[in-house]
Amino acid sequence: MTKHYETVFILTPVLSEDQVKEAVKKYHDFLVEKKAEIVVSDNWGLRKLAYPIQKKSSGFYHLIEFKAEPSIIADLEIAFKRDERLIRFLTVALDKHAVAYKERKRAEKLNKEKVVS
Amino acid sequence: MAQNDSEIRYLTPINVDVKKKKYCRFKKLGIKFIDYKDADFLLKFINEQGKILPRRLTGTSLKYQRKLAKAIKRARHLALLPYVADLLK
Repeated sequence: MTKHYETVFILTPVLSEDQVKEAVKKYHDFLVEKKAEIVVSDNWGLRKLAYPIQKKSSGFYHLIEFKAEPSIIADLEIAFKRDERLIRFLTVALDKHAVAYKERKRAEKLNKEKVVS
Repeated sequence: MAQNDSEIRYLTPINVDVKKKKYCRFKKLGIKFIDYKDADFLLKFINEQGKILPRRLTGTSLKYQRKLAKAIKRARHLALLPYVADLLK
């Protein structure tokens, strides 16, 4: 039984653009290798933190939404914990309301882009 | 005339507080999912110090208050909202 998950992680601001991409790619590969299906991967860019974490006041936010077996989540979180580039992460399972909400938002976004272009 | 005499008259009209009925905005607007990433929205449910406002002030139903609290706590974990603050608004 696959479940819908969403994970947000914050990378340290000391990384360069390429290093950020590389870190994100690492987790993409990790998920693909574990037979997870990546739905959305969204880079929020450098954002200010509401409070300092590890004496840093900003960080690169990245969100990955994916469908996977529940058993891989533990592995993913262990990988997160071992990674020193990450200063914070959160993985949540999405229920049916959340999935509906996200799909609606995505549809809205698509519509907006169509209007602009 | 006789009817008028029996009424009590006031010089200044007394204030009858018409209390506005509170309602749960999630129920009313049909919001089923509270997004923890939407910090601006969650800001409506916390006070200046960053504390979660009680149900008795916001009128949120118990079901959504629980979800709201969870969303706020997740937002705090991801540093989208502060744990403690002053003069947040």
